[in-house]
Amino acid sequence: MTAPAPVSVAPATAGHLRGGRRLSDRAFRAAMLAAAGIVLLVLAGTAVFLVTSAWPALRHYGFFTFLGADRWAPSDATAGSAHPNPYGIVQFMYGTGLTSLIGMAIALPVAVAVALFITEVAPAWLRRPLSSTVDLLAAIPSVVYGFWGIFALVPALHPVVDFLTSTLGKVPGIGVAFAGPFFGVSYFTAGVVLAIMVLPIVTAICREVFVTTPADEKEAALALGSTRWEMLRMAVLPRSRSGIAGAAILGLGRALGETIAVTMVIGNSVLSITTSIFGQGATMASVIANEFTEATEPFHLQSLFVVGLWLLIIALVVNVAGKLVVRRTRADIA
Amino acid sequence: MRARFSAVAAGVLGVALAAAGCGSTSNVSNSSASSGKVTGASTVGFGSANAKLCSASVNTTPNYKNIIGVIAGGAKTISGAGSTFAAPLYSTWASAYSKAAGITVAYGSIGSGGGIAAIQANTVNFGDGDTGMTPAEISAAKGGPVLQIPLLLGAVVPTYNLPGIGAGLKFTGSVLGEIYAGKITNWDDPALKKLNPGVSLPSLPIAVAHRSDGSGTTNIWTDYLTKESPAWVSKLGGPAQSEGLTVAWPVGIGGKGNEGVSAVVSETKGALGYLESDFAIAQHLTYGQVENKSGNFIEPCIPTITPAVDGVTFPPSLNTFLTDGSNPDVYPVVGTSYALVYEHQSSKAVAAGLVNFFSWVLSTGQNLNASVYYAPLGSALQQLAVAQLKKITVSGKPVA
Amino acid sequence: MTAPPLTPRTPRAPLGAGDSSLSRRHARDRAMTVLLAVVMAVTLAVLAWVLVYVAAQGLKYLGPAFFTRTPPGNPAQAGGGYANGIIGSLIVVGIATLISVPVGIAAAIAIIEYGGRLAAATSFVTDVLVGVPSIVTGAFVYALWVTRFGFSGLAGSIALAIIMLPLVIRGTAEMLRLVPVALREASSALGVTRARTIVSVVLPAARAGITTGVMLAVARAMGETAPLLLTTLGNSLFIQANPTQRMSTLSLQIFGDAVTGFQAAQARAWAGALTLILIVLILYIAARLIGRRLNLTRS
Repeated sequence: MTAPAPVSVAPATAGHLRGGRRLSDRAFRAAMLAAAGIVLLVLAGTAVFLVTSAWPALRHYGFFTFLGADRWAPSDATAGSAHPNPYGIVQFMYGTGLTSLIGMAIALPVAVAVALFITEVAPAWLRRPLSSTVDLLAAIPSVVYGFWGIFALVPALHPVVDFLTSTLGKVPGIGVAFAGPFFGVSYFTAGVVLAIMVLPIVTAICREVFVTTPADEKEAALALGSTRWEMLRMAVLPRSRSGIAGAAILGLGRALGETIAVTMVIGNSVLSITTSIFGQGATMASVIANEFTEATEPFHLQSLFVVGLWLLIIALVVNVAGKLVVRRTRADIA
Repeated sequence: MRARFSAVAAGVLGVALAAAGCGSTSNVSNSSASSGKVTGASTVGFGSANAKLCSASVNTTPNYKNIIGVIAGGAKTISGAGSTFAAPLYSTWASAYSKAAGITVAYGSIGSGGGIAAIQANTVNFGDGDTGMTPAEISAAKGGPVLQIPLLLGAVVPTYNLPGIGAGLKFTGSVLGEIYAGKITNWDDPALKKLNPGVSLPSLPIAVAHRSDGSGTTNIWTDYLTKESPAWVSKLGGPAQSEGLTVAWPVGIGGKGNEGVSAVVSETKGALGYLESDFAIAQHLTYGQVENKSGNFIEPCIPTITPAVDGVTFPPSLNTFLTDGSNPDVYPVVGTSYALVYEHQSSKAVAAGLVNFFSWVLSTGQNLNASVYYAPLGSALQQLAVAQLKKITVSGKPVA
Repeated sequence: MTAPPLTPRTPRAPLGAGDSSLSRRHARDRAMTVLLAVVMAVTLAVLAWVLVYVAAQGLKYLGPAFFTRTPPGNPAQAGGGYANGIIGSLIVVGIATLISVPVGIAAAIAIIEYGGRLAAATSFVTDVLVGVPSIVTGAFVYALWVTRFGFSGLAGSIALAIIMLPLVIRGTAEMLRLVPVALREASSALGVTRARTIVSVVLPAARAGITTGVMLAVARAMGETAPLLLTTLGNSLFIQANPTQRMSTLSLQIFGDAVTGFQAAQARAWAGALTLILIVLILYIAARLIGRRLNLTRS
């Protein structure tokens, strides 16, 4: 799904018409360009309105104090004092990052495997049905994933997590990150749900990358007597590394912005960072969704806009980076 | 080769579907197994003293007379939003009032914080907050001074999900405070065992549940914890921080509304949450008894909720807490819920509609409170509430 | 060709020499094939799990009453349905479609037919807009519209239109690019104005593909919840068809009921989830079928 290259397909004879027709042509062109301008305005407007809504809090507390604390306590806020900033947002960045990373750690290997299967292993007549079926995962709405997550996924995860807390959780050092107790809602549960949700996108990009591997290199490997797996390992995967990386980054970008499914399974504990991945937390998106409509404390609503601003910046940076990596891969192959 | 492949693929798909189908039915039964419903084994119980208290006959149909009467020209629809604590009773009132007077009352259960915000922004005809509005909140309201009209008496009960343990576990305020401060983390902690000898408490971590939204129920609960638990106050950093519509919860899972907390309790083994009693009772969740100021462990029920107003002096705004009552047989965590109405209304139809509805609520409506496990207002408080209603004016002239 | 050479790897044994190493390599190849097939199966199983679970729970409650009644005033009570949510979804998504489709098609025409710097910027910005989290769009529309005009279905439609816009533009632009240049040149050789060419020749040629893109965007909009939390707010009590007021949508009602602890509310929510999945899947599959009938290359 690349962006359409701005190639104009206008015939060279345009513009040489006289009279009233020239006026209607110009009016039409203006209307079309105005619509394009609206698109630019939408993005600019999003950024501008977020900044202006967040501005009172940014000015009162200072830009960096939000990043300096992991304590979000709106009940501590007072209209007068600016120290300390009760709206520390580090734990939301932590929650967003952690759940997205867990999601990608699960989704990326699965996506590569599925894409390899579809493009290289499955018979040709199965390719389209399989890829369409995997794409169906993207059609399921977020609220349904969250609902299913609470009632179907959590009971299924209990034995898995109990195993992990009793083994990894006892290891000195990293054991803290895997410590119980597990109450069902947690960073980890949100990560698993995110993995399922970003899988179709990552798979689709990996499929495109694998499909564009030059056939002659694959055939050369096979001609030398390699098995199919060796051919994949030698001819397909090494060339696809940056494409897979791009897919991973784009999947990460999608996971960062996910709100509703995460809110329903992450436990909504906003005070500070919880060290265990099986503990409750919150993400930037989930805290906005939960607290927005009744943020009546001083600077509460504005601070939520600060969270939204950071979420926008991070999501845009990740998505643009991913697009650049994927596009560069395509250019290589072409 | 191709035939073998398609056979393998079909087999794999078939197994996948079968596993999914089997998995889902067993998950359905799993989720009900982890609910707080207890079938049979009730090895705990509230005790005979509470049985006597709660079966005592109390007048739940006070039949207050509507001294205001019906004012003509009231709006056909009035909208309100706020407390989830009062929501079950509002929906009971709304459906009965619609049958009696043909007027629709649309109440959105969004939490006391949301109700206060809504009335401040004047996006609803009335708000509702369990602990009213502070003077600062009233001065931030767009439409001028706000009247706070108490409508009910209700209890906040500690609700838990422990397989095999029935209703009636004993709690004290200081133990509850330590649990919510994160100091007591397991159900078989010695403090809990001491309170409940003879109950085999499981060695299960406590899944603390609290509100994620601005809540009057939270305000009532944390007011009680602040009065009874020094550990709670010191963990939160002082009495100003340890009570309020929201607090900086040190531990626990957040749920939206009383509805959300009841979801966390019913879906999580080992959960402990605070709920308005109708939410616990209607969902068949197990709740416990709490020690009051006189040292008695009291079960929350209408006869133990009603005495909460004994000896309480209400300020002119009527805004006060009702926790830790002085009566020896009172349940200690009781609260009311205040309708939030602008004193100076701009529309005669809306003002008449509001006065008609609330005067009905304060008279005939009080007979319905007990059907959803709330207590009706005592006569003294009811008269004070009606007096507030009479203050409503339109263009300077009182409506009632 | 500047393709990097194959990384030379020294095989453990010369290829083809020795039965044991060959059979080991074949065994590894078979094992990897099985592994890939198993991962594929697990992925399909998870999809089946989600769909079957939602269907099983939803069918318990789904019935004609569900589509015609509103929820009971007390959500703990059984009965009722999501009539207000379904109507609300249709209205809010309908208005969003009316806003985003003309603007989206026009912007795509600007990018493909007219080119230039503005068009290049729009193309880039369209891609960037896809990456904006929907909750952020909701916050933007709150600041832009709700603070002035209050919570309303219209605000929700604006938010959904912003989310749909890049999808409509992308889909339309891809279709427009596939229309042969010869068609445009023939039309202009006949003396038809540029505007008329686009409207009467190019757009109809791309019509089916544009419909596909729009259907996918509508499917996406039906499933959105987060931006509506901040703009439409929801109305679980009665049917509200006036878009200048707070409205309910199917997604908001499912979310509201799903997070309660009431069995009755959850039963309604499952039926709602099943309905929503069915609507979205039907749109999705229909869009794919239309696209396939045209034999378009879609990855």
